[in-house]
Amino acid sequence: MHWNSFGDFLAMGNHGLYVWGSLLVMALLMVAEPTLVLRGRRTLVERLRRQYRAESGEASRSRSAAGRRRND
Amino acid sequence: MSNGLINWFKYASPQSFYPLAGKLIPWFWALAALFGVAGLSIGFLLAPTDAQQGEGYRIIFLHVPASWLSMFIYLVMAFWAGLGLAFNIRLSGMMASALAPTGALFAFLSLWTGALWGKPMWGAWWVWDARLTSELILLFLYIGFIALQAAIDDPRRADKAGAILALVGVVNIPIIYFSVKWWNTLHQGASVSLTKAPSMAAMMLWGMLLCALACWMYSIAVALMRVRTIMLERERHTDWVRALLTNQE
Amino acid sequence: MLRALRAVIGRDLRLAMRRQADIVAAMFFFIIVVSLFPLGVGPEPDQLRRLAPGVLWVAALLATMLSLPRLFADDHRDGTLEQLALAPQPLGLIVLGKVIAHWLVAGLPLVVLAPVLGIQFDLPSDALAVLTLSLLIGTPALSGIGAIGAALTLGVRGGGVLLSLLVLPLYIPVLIFGAGAVDASVSGLGPQAHLSLLGALALGGVFFAPWPTAAALRVALE
Repeated sequence: MHWNSFGDFLAMGNHGLYVWGSLLVMALLMVAEPTLVLRGRRTLVERLRRQYRAESGEASRSRSAAGRRRND
Repeated sequence: MSNGLINWFKYASPQSFYPLAGKLIPWFWALAALFGVAGLSIGFLLAPTDAQQGEGYRIIFLHVPASWLSMFIYLVMAFWAGLGLAFNIRLSGMMASALAPTGALFAFLSLWTGALWGKPMWGAWWVWDARLTSELILLFLYIGFIALQAAIDDPRRADKAGAILALVGVVNIPIIYFSVKWWNTLHQGASVSLTKAPSMAAMMLWGMLLCALACWMYSIAVALMRVRTIMLERERHTDWVRALLTNQE
Repeated sequence: MLRALRAVIGRDLRLAMRRQADIVAAMFFFIIVVSLFPLGVGPEPDQLRRLAPGVLWVAALLATMLSLPRLFADDHRDGTLEQLALAPQPLGLIVLGKVIAHWLVAGLPLVVLAPVLGIQFDLPSDALAVLTLSLLIGTPALSGIGAIGAALTLGVRGGGVLLSLLVLPLYIPVLIFGAGAVDASVSGLGPQAHLSLLGALALGGVFFAPWPTAAALRVALE
């Protein structure tokens, strides 16, 4: 282990702000990117499911019934 | 040999690539975490202090991998794009679009960590160093690629237009780099230089390599996640996507 | 082959002459942008002399951008482009003709105007000559590289802004060597090296750019 104390480790020889600022932003963005991808995927899957349900519903119902249900 | 080729083409169809990617993603995440923990503990806990730069040099374990990946991803993106253009494979275009945001992210991180490194070392957040400037231009190229694809509604056309742009970019990157370097040597005295990397301790090198591997695995994992989303979006009218999504409830 | 090239150039020039207002507007844009800089940074001749090459070159890039969206848009709208794509001559050759015509209409006037604007910046006469020469050599590259962007953004929404986003980063080497040539001549280094590199870029730009441009046009026409 290179460090004598945890305080030394945090201080990074007076460059703590720069070192931890780099690490923090890098970690944040590398967590944020997959989170955003996952969220985008979830909304897409929900939208597609709704769309498929609507399509199969329309196919099985008669035209007039579909017209009445237009509001949802 | 021929068997391998057939398998390869089999996985080039979105329908069979989708589940394969889904199976691979957790492995790449695990590898990314493993390499990341190893690289960061070597870099931040074990590696000795740099004689010239003190502890601030530890940003190198973040900065260099981010820069490498930003350049490497552009090449990979252009490779997929070119493949898609030449052989008209749907998957290639999707891979290229899936890689672009991650590449842009690393280009940005490279600039960010570069700025935070430059401030204590050179006393300035930004210097018009040839490498920094080229990295900035690389970010512009990524943004142009993403913006072009976002502006075109038809995915096939977006793929092809993006592919042409990516290939033109690849041809131009060396020209841009050398022109910026020329410009830089002409305009700037020998006040600052990023190239002063004297004999690097083996431990530092290992830390850097492991961090770069971690970033690489991360990029693959995220790109695969994104390509799966792109596949669902683009293939939403096909039977396999419909079956996949309606059966999973 | 040459006859087809000449025909394309002649046709584009005739069309451009019919809408001279566009050409004149781009020229005035160039003049105005260049004239704004002394108002922004102050009238000290020393400072202006140092800024002049960069300012004139950046303004030239922007003025070129202004006319690029029209390069293929009109032909696309009236269906001429589809006919040209079906013609027996390679599409790249036709693009080359259009690039040359674009340079004659949009690049050459900049070259003619530049020395006059350079005087505003108190450039010495040999630097004026190098500036004009560098623009003369460099602007064909701008037309060539710009054609790729124009073809890629053809018929795309928000095309104009997108075009500058795509093309301006690719213009950087031309800017560096163009403005660098004038700088080098002012500082007594001699502009030959810059000018020959600029010439290489221009040759590359004019003769290689038509092929990706043609590919991009075919994608747009699909």
